[in-house]
Amino acid sequence: MTAAAIPPAPDGAIRGALRRLARDPLGSAGLAIVVVVVLSALLADLIVPYDPIAMNIRDRMQEPSLNHILGTDQLGRDTLSRVIMGGRIALEVALFSIGGALSVGLALGMVAGFGPRWLDNALILLFDTVRSFPTVMFALAIVALVGPSLRTIIAVIIVTSIPIYGRVVRTQTLAIRNNEYILAERAMGASMARVLAVHILPNVIGPLLILASMDIPGVIAFEAGLSFLGLGVKPPTPSWGTILADGLALVRNTPWLIVAGGIPLILTTLGFTFLGESLRDIFDPKLRKDL
Amino acid sequence: MFLYIVKRVGLGAVIIVIAIVLLYGMIHLIPGDPASIILGPRATPELRAALAAKMGLDKPFPVQIATFLVDVARGDLGTDVFSNRPVAEIVFSQLPHTLALIIAAITWAMAIGIPLGCYSALHRNTMIDKITGVISVGCITLPSFLVALYALLVFAVWLKWFPAIGAGRTGDLASQARHLVLPAFAIGLGWVGYIARLVRASMLEVLAENHVRTARAFGLPERVVIFRYVLRLAILPTVTVIGIGIGFLLSAAVFIEVVFARPGIGKLIIDSITTRNYPVVMGAVLASTVLFVVSTTLSDIVNAILDPRIRSSLR
Repeated sequence: MTAAAIPPAPDGAIRGALRRLARDPLGSAGLAIVVVVVLSALLADLIVPYDPIAMNIRDRMQEPSLNHILGTDQLGRDTLSRVIMGGRIALEVALFSIGGALSVGLALGMVAGFGPRWLDNALILLFDTVRSFPTVMFALAIVALVGPSLRTIIAVIIVTSIPIYGRVVRTQTLAIRNNEYILAERAMGASMARVLAVHILPNVIGPLLILASMDIPGVIAFEAGLSFLGLGVKPPTPSWGTILADGLALVRNTPWLIVAGGIPLILTTLGFTFLGESLRDIFDPKLRKDL
Repeated sequence: MFLYIVKRVGLGAVIIVIAIVLLYGMIHLIPGDPASIILGPRATPELRAALAAKMGLDKPFPVQIATFLVDVARGDLGTDVFSNRPVAEIVFSQLPHTLALIIAAITWAMAIGIPLGCYSALHRNTMIDKITGVISVGCITLPSFLVALYALLVFAVWLKWFPAIGAGRTGDLASQARHLVLPAFAIGLGWVGYIARLVRASMLEVLAENHVRTARAFGLPERVVIFRYVLRLAILPTVTVIGIGIGFLLSAAVFIEVVFARPGIGKLIIDSITTRNYPVVMGAVLASTVLFVVSTTLSDIVNAILDPRIRSSLR
């Protein structure tokens, strides 16, 4: 990755980007799905028809009906309410883990790209090592040690994603650290912190945000997957993964749980993917080749 | 070239050692000692001390790591706390199931993905190309355990075409193959899309090269040009990507084995987590990590043999 990326976009550029997004059918479909999912997660408390963790044994394992649009599970909990709340969990995990990985990766990547050679080599070796664990296996090893929880999942995603962001930031930093305007600024006595914050950061942040938006589907699927294995959120907290696990356990009695837990997962991952691809094509087509 | 291979293998070895230290060091970074985690809250102090001594946890940390590394190098991954069988034996008895699943998955994905990618590249920007493109991206995004769940629901529970659980009777190849169909389908589906896109991109690149123009100028039939001069080159990135893909395939196998209740490394790890059989978890995770590092190293080397430009990238 050589060229410096996008300059901070002025207002006109943002409007232009929105217009181009609107012209891309997949991108706008993705945006629409993402908006619906985000809104339903934000307003979850207001729109759930039932308490998502309230058990009602008399109504258990009910097929979808007018009272329970997506049916109920083996404890009589309303599936629709659990699906809506599960969306909130999924987005929470995505927000915190990607936010965390992005900030740490940004810092480490700039240090690797701007710091001394030995530090760069050490960090790269560390990145390569972390990436040499198959992610799920690494997560399983950690969960075996500390026990399952939402916090564990977030921590694992942060640790395993840092190298991805760190490497991108490092390459970008290396590419621009010897540009003349930076050398000039340093010659005038600017501190390293100032150079990093004023010149490197704006150059690096664009591709990084696009990368992050394309990471979201993977993270959501990861949370659902671990929760499905019983190694994610603790019961009775609803997650798309635990809904699916309940469905599999009683696949002959409550197959609608598999459908109800799976569809939002499919739609959300597809939505974020199409939106992310579209954003990438609009803002930084070069990224396509490098990643 | 030889120097590159030595360096790359060396890097792989260093990564494995660091990975082992990290994995093993985590036991000590996490509050609470492993012996009481394994034995649970009601264990007597004597029992805990005995287990700690048996696992070598009473010695200083650097000594433990060193002993562990030496043991691993000798193929000793520790001992199962419950059955007293060597962990290595347990892991290697489960590994073939997982490998069979992974190989079946990647084989069918290549069998469909490569022709699909070829077709798209040769009919670029037609409706079919665009539709395959969208479906490919969709397939890549789908979590494989979800594909597995739906496949199980539709083909095993509703249509009853394929068995829902297990790996088939040992020794009965037909039954084992039938049990492999749905799991391999679930893991491979995303790879069909991925391989199709990859082949399409590299086909387009090769099609634009001079030797292809020359071959056409010599009047060779289009079929010969495509199969002999384009596809042969265009397929290389796919082969090497699969080396890197082993890590993702292993991860996917964990979920698939749980959904279909198949024996294998993933099922072994999940079962061992539930029973807090700590040495088995670590041994299995370690084995799969080593497998992953070896396959990425191999694919890097293959890549370097094929493409001399890469050799200079390793400082």
